[in-house]
Amino acid sequence: MAGYLLRRIPRMIVVIWGALTVIFLLQRLGGDPVALMLPDTSTPEQQAAVRADLGLDKPVLVQYLLFIGRFAHLDFGQSYLQQRPVADIVFERLPATLELAGAAVVIATVGGTLLGSLAARMRRRWPDKLVVTGALIGQSVPTFWLGIVGILVFAVTLQWFPSSGSGGIEHLVLPALTLGAFSLANTTRIARASMIESLSSEYTQTANAKGLRTSRVVGVHALKNSGISILTLTAYMFSTLMGGALVTEVVFAWPGVGRLMVDGVLQRDFPVVQGAVFMVALVVVITYMLLDLAYTFLDPRLRRT
Amino acid sequence: MADIAIRVPAAAVRPRRVRAAGRLQITIGLVLVVPIVLVAIFAPLLTPVDPNAIDLAHRLAPPAWSAGGTSSHLLGTDHLGRDMLSRVIYGARVSLVVGGLAVLGAGLIGVTIGLLAGYFRGVFDAIVTMIAEIQQSFPFLALAIVVVAAIGRGVTNIVAVLIIGGWILFARVVRGEAMSISRRQFVDGARALGAGHIRILLRHILPNVRSSIIVITTFNFAWFIITEASLSFLGLGVDPNTPSWGQMLSDSRNYLALAWWYPAFPGIALVALVLGANMLGDGLQDRWDPYLK
Repeated sequence: MAGYLLRRIPRMIVVIWGALTVIFLLQRLGGDPVALMLPDTSTPEQQAAVRADLGLDKPVLVQYLLFIGRFAHLDFGQSYLQQRPVADIVFERLPATLELAGAAVVIATVGGTLLGSLAARMRRRWPDKLVVTGALIGQSVPTFWLGIVGILVFAVTLQWFPSSGSGGIEHLVLPALTLGAFSLANTTRIARASMIESLSSEYTQTANAKGLRTSRVVGVHALKNSGISILTLTAYMFSTLMGGALVTEVVFAWPGVGRLMVDGVLQRDFPVVQGAVFMVALVVVITYMLLDLAYTFLDPRLRRT
Repeated sequence: MADIAIRVPAAAVRPRRVRAAGRLQITIGLVLVVPIVLVAIFAPLLTPVDPNAIDLAHRLAPPAWSAGGTSSHLLGTDHLGRDMLSRVIYGARVSLVVGGLAVLGAGLIGVTIGLLAGYFRGVFDAIVTMIAEIQQSFPFLALAIVVVAAIGRGVTNIVAVLIIGGWILFARVVRGEAMSISRRQFVDGARALGAGHIRILLRHILPNVRSSIIVITTFNFAWFIITEASLSFLGLGVDPNTPSWGQMLSDSRNYLALAWWYPAFPGIALVALVLGANMLGDGLQDRWDPYLK
């Protein structure tokens, strides 16, 4: 098991390195940061001083290595606008994003498994058709529009939940459901397909022949085997979900890393954008590692390697 | 040499029920997508009012059928009194042009790379696989935001961003199929008859991955349209003066309590187009490869 995990680590490092390289290259494309930081009236000497301060006078390769070195220590530099370390700002915002994404993952995985199993059990009957149609529509509704409609119906008209901000559980309900909906639709479809396969396999037929209750056959025998493919999908979807979190945070004024990133772009505060993007990549990679760990519990074959 | 390209029968034994299901989805998909495409093409003939014409006397006018609505604005107006129907129709143009160009570019690049990687394997294949893996474990929307921050907004840049994100799906599927097809006997046969690499790739492998390419095209098209709308919604999409569904939905947020029709109509149009494309893809997939599901 340790060997299995160790083999995954180089891939994670490559992903992080790739993200960093892209951030660095795009930073060079984005124009001269000195021109953005200083007023138009600044003298060439002032500009040169800032350039030296930022290390922009060094060769590109040196800048690249220094950049990687800084980010490896979670030092993202200073915010242009807030005059304080970007790392502080990003870590302030991180818990809100994790709360939102975590709630959405739970909704998608638990709800999707239940709905998918129900549909598989009722295959070709009306509950199945309802679930399949619902999942297809769920995959076609953009997250941000779902959020707007949610606000319109449940916050503005019915006034059940607040429309924006974070705080208690009532603030979390609408954003988490909005963000979870797309993944819920995906998980439902995969869970259904996988459960149909499990339910038609020989071991479930054996379990049925032994006279086990249907609920036990579906809930234990079939689900345990479908669990692996559902988990694989959750892992695969997590980066999409983090992308959706960026939009959801903007819709609901949720004080997370995604909104920080979008605000940073609109205000041209690039160190903040870079720090936020890097943090999103880090969260995704760490989640993948944790999911890999979960695999080894579900699939005993992996423990031996 | 014989100029015959052999097609692999994708589903020789196809259960009747599956074929019927695929047909229903294809029909619904076409019913949703085709009218939107036609309306977008003939937009200037269909729109009663200039989509950017400001009519401050009729700000936030409700649809014609509800109380206070005027017959001059069938679907009501926005916060500047611009005609909702005209803007929704012109918004379709942005979505279709961006989605269409992006899917064309991503398809050309992705299919070419996938064919080469799957057929020749080796270092090129290893590099392509690695890039695809890195990119897939990173949220595309975050990448898109950073790219747009660097190169700026606008139709061309958004299309470029979408191509960067979308070629992978084409490349991955085509690579896999090219790999398995190039081991088939008819490819060996073609080679024995003296066919070169390019001829084998274009005449023997490409025709056999055609159905997968079409299915991915529809799914990617749907996904591109959602992504373009999301970026426009975030203020990072096409030029804000162009009427686009994402931009309209973004503007509508300040008027939710006053005008339900403002977020409703652009959103319904967006969902209809995306749902149509997704159903088309689903139906075609069922039809050509019922066991893939």
